[in-house]
Amino acid sequence: MAETRYTKDHEYIRLDGDTAVVGITDYAQGQLGDVVFVELPAIGKKVGKGDEAAVVESVKAASEVYAPVSGEVVAVNSALEGSPGTVNEDPLGSGWFVKMKLADPSEIEGLMTEEQYKTFVASMS
Amino acid sequence: MLNRQGRPTAPGLASVSAHETFTGNKALLQEEPLLFEIGRYDVTGVDLDEPQGFTPRLGGLERSDGIGLPGLSEPETMRHFVRLSQKNYGIDTGLFPLGSCTMKHNPRLNERMARLPGFADVHPLQPQSTVQGALELMNELGRWLTELTGMPAVALSPKAGAHGELCGMMAIKAAIEAKGEGATRRTVLVPDSAHGTNPATAALIQFDVKPVPVREDGTVDPEAVRALAGPDTAAIMLTNPNTCGLFEKDVAKIAEIIHAAGGYFYCDGANYNAIVGKARPGDLGVDAMHINLHKTFSTPHGGGGPGSGPVVLSERLAAFAPVPFVRTDAAGFALVEDEEGTEAFGRITAFHGQTGMYVRALSYMLSHGADGCRQASEDAVLNANYVRARLADLMSLPFGNRPCMHEVLFDDAWLKDTGVSTLDFAKAMIDEGYHPMTVYFPLVVHGAMLVEPTESESRASLDLFIATLRDLAMAAKRGDAARFTGAPYLAPRRRLDETRAARSPVLRWTPPAPVQEAAE
Amino acid sequence: MRYLPLSDADRKDMLAVIGASSIDDLFADIPSDKLMKGLPDLPRRKGELEVERIMSRMAGKNVAASSVPFFVGAGAYKHHVPATVDHLIQRSEFLTSYTPYQPEIAQGTLQYLFEFQTQVAALTGMEVANASMYDGSTACGEAVLMAHRVTRRRKAVLSGGLHPHYADVVRTLSKMAGDEVVTMAPDVTATEDLLAAVDGSVSCVVVQTPDVFGHLRDLRKLSEKCREAGALLIAVFTEVVSLGLVTPPGAMGADIVVGEGQSIGNALNFGGPYVGLFAAKQKYVRQMPGRLCGETVDADGARGFVLTLSTREQHIRRDKATSNICTNSGLCALAFTIHMTLLGQEGLGRLGRINHANAVKLADMLSSVRGVEVLNSAFFNEFTLRLSRPAAAVVEELAAKGVMAGVPVSRLLPKAGLDDLLIVANTEVNTDDDRAALVEALREVL
Repeated sequence: MAETRYTKDHEYIRLDGDTAVVGITDYAQGQLGDVVFVELPAIGKKVGKGDEAAVVESVKAASEVYAPVSGEVVAVNSALEGSPGTVNEDPLGSGWFVKMKLADPSEIEGLMTEEQYKTFVASMS
Repeated sequence: MLNRQGRPTAPGLASVSAHETFTGNKALLQEEPLLFEIGRYDVTGVDLDEPQGFTPRLGGLERSDGIGLPGLSEPETMRHFVRLSQKNYGIDTGLFPLGSCTMKHNPRLNERMARLPGFADVHPLQPQSTVQGALELMNELGRWLTELTGMPAVALSPKAGAHGELCGMMAIKAAIEAKGEGATRRTVLVPDSAHGTNPATAALIQFDVKPVPVREDGTVDPEAVRALAGPDTAAIMLTNPNTCGLFEKDVAKIAEIIHAAGGYFYCDGANYNAIVGKARPGDLGVDAMHINLHKTFSTPHGGGGPGSGPVVLSERLAAFAPVPFVRTDAAGFALVEDEEGTEAFGRITAFHGQTGMYVRALSYMLSHGADGCRQASEDAVLNANYVRARLADLMSLPFGNRPCMHEVLFDDAWLKDTGVSTLDFAKAMIDEGYHPMTVYFPLVVHGAMLVEPTESESRASLDLFIATLRDLAMAAKRGDAARFTGAPYLAPRRRLDETRAARSPVLRWTPPAPVQEAAE
Repeated sequence: MRYLPLSDADRKDMLAVIGASSIDDLFADIPSDKLMKGLPDLPRRKGELEVERIMSRMAGKNVAASSVPFFVGAGAYKHHVPATVDHLIQRSEFLTSYTPYQPEIAQGTLQYLFEFQTQVAALTGMEVANASMYDGSTACGEAVLMAHRVTRRRKAVLSGGLHPHYADVVRTLSKMAGDEVVTMAPDVTATEDLLAAVDGSVSCVVVQTPDVFGHLRDLRKLSEKCREAGALLIAVFTEVVSLGLVTPPGAMGADIVVGEGQSIGNALNFGGPYVGLFAAKQKYVRQMPGRLCGETVDADGARGFVLTLSTREQHIRRDKATSNICTNSGLCALAFTIHMTLLGQEGLGRLGRINHANAVKLADMLSSVRGVEVLNSAFFNEFTLRLSRPAAAVVEELAAKGVMAGVPVSRLLPKAGLDDLLIVANTEVNTDDDRAALVEALREVL
């Protein structure tokens, strides 16, 4: 089972060898409300940890999605452009945003585990 | 003799509830199609004679498509737009407590003055000798604005508040560059409670925005500013009175700190209407402040414009004001339109700004006079505090039950566990015949409800409004959530699907696709 | 004071309810040394009659366009506006409403904005249009910023036929935003080589048609060149009536079309308020500034309209917004829409032909005056004259004779060495008598 880690900005990253899938958490999609637009980066874009990797818009809010770790964008979920609602329906599955090739896989160690993230979210409400 | 033609005069069966109508109309409220659905391409409501006997000189660029603009005759046009108007709520309809937007009475005298041919029918590029009255108007408006604010100069041309902000921040940038500090002084401090336009303006002209947290009492702590101010500080953008409806009590100190750091104090004057004739921004250390003529001086909002946003400027910034500006000399008034030979930072609009709005604002000022302007501010503040005092026991005040300025800010803490949100509450107000207050702004409190009654409301009007809000509040607390969550029930439209509008935007009418012949 | 309903007794009672002993208790947060003691040094309140007298006296010092033969244009035009327009925009529900943040009670505003957007898109030949901007010049500035966002380049090329005030607005904005602007020399004869100025570093080319000198421009080659170079073509107009008769920029490949809508529905107003029109290709819609109205349905399934795509705007994006703009020019857009509805394409086309026919007539008459040369071969309702004397002085002399001859180019471009040029506009309001008066007056002074 691939390991999933989380950021304080509510992105998740799921490792799969030396690439990883990045999206936003179920909590994040719930807070945003109906997602109406997703702006995805160009394939090949190099991002540093914490850089803006995508923008997700709901009716009333636009939020940046930050790269949880450094790396290069190797794929984007262009299906979201036509059906942004997938982010609400299946954030951890078909509602993913980008796939990244990691520059430094050890960076992932600094991120929250699922347990830690659950505690983090619980502390917010 | 017995009149057998008499009609019944008691309601009788008419008291049963309404049915769906064939037309979809509800008596006075008429459904109205888009003009593209009722207009015809060969109809025009303007009688014009076709010109005869000329050879076009269009260089082969004649338009060949059908444009796609249907027309309506004059009576149809009248009906179309009158019906549309009946689906709108205006100040003349009822109390319009939209905080931070200042929906006060729009005197029709001002409209009449703006339509005098000597103002409305004058071209901006006529010889200056033929527009001395228009230049006098600009000069006189400038005199009122500078005198009221205690500031030495004013740039009139900004087209609206946000444009005024841009103008003021450009003057600040020009002043910084003139001192050779352009490369280092790049940070603009913006409190969290600011209007969204403030950070947008600063970012637009390449300043770095640094947020200033708002302290517990809803105002800005001078020590927080001191901690952030330094040689990189270009300016602070502070709204005063602020968006929480509070006067920044440490404003003079904040100005001092910013000035000591070598920066400028930009004041967002959106709420200046609370303090006209009570305090002068010039005495508070302000370097630049825009004034929304459509808020403070009652030029009509017109469904979202046109606005007008003159900027008053301190001595240090006056020289950098953009062209054009009015100068007086022995010969009369002259308009300086060329930057050459001035320190003006440039030009921000074609021509000279919103003259039609200047007429209305000056007409408003002359009507009120200095005494009436002050009275208007006092009444605005009094009305807001009256609303606060009479709702404080039911609704929650995030910064305590203390005097506010021209608007009172509630949060949604009092709605906790009722199943009713701020938005639901606002929509239920619509059913009661009120325009809702500003909701979810400012962002610094949760579920904000910002109520600005303005000075235009009588005590009876306020009492009814307060009674209505009390009734709604008690209903919410009683658990009558359905009155709110499904609201509005009685408006021309129920709640609209904004998700659908944003996911697949339909931004214009397109002709319906021709009906396909059934295949096979 | 007639606008203030509270009586002194009300004020006293209300202060008691609040628990304040005086009104200044409510202003206690203002430091006491900053609270004004007396009133500002300005006049006291006045009745309607007196205000009307003061304002009328000021207005009376101006010469109204309709009182003289009037040929002044160059960005604002004297047209006839039907009485219906002004009546309708003064209806309370339009005049005193606000930005439609509560769509359920603002369908009137929203529906006309949707109609306005559709009209502007059709006129310009573009796919989408926004709900209006402040005016043509600020729309032009915003278009350049938008092109920079789309192309991720930061260099604009401005045609020498662009209205000089528009060029100044773009230059000021660009200087402040740290962007580059290349301005071509004033192009009196519409012969500049814009193609040569377009390369892979250019974000956009801004070109006006009819241009400030009145020339109509064919944009097709330029749009092709822009497409090859990855730059956007921004087409500008200041006379929207021209679009009833002339090939729209959209049909010539423009990516963004902006212009001034004043001519339809709006008075001259000494420069404002006016209404900026802004249209673009659909694919750029999310980079567009300003408000957008979109169609949707309500909870009962009935068609309705809402402001949409507002996440582009300042109140949500703050420092990441596409623009800092907050208001549009709602009431002027309404005036535009009503007038355009009355005209329809039928009336607009005819209005365009009348304007053009009048201008052709005037050009021919002026060509026969000694000391006057008409510079334009193709124009709509405005053209440029070369006079045998500086135009500014001629304009003053003609104004003294009661004829408003036009705009001297030196007023717009003071140091360009074009002092002998005069821009003359001729619309449907000008009669044969007006034209004869202009010709006669010019004969006398030249």
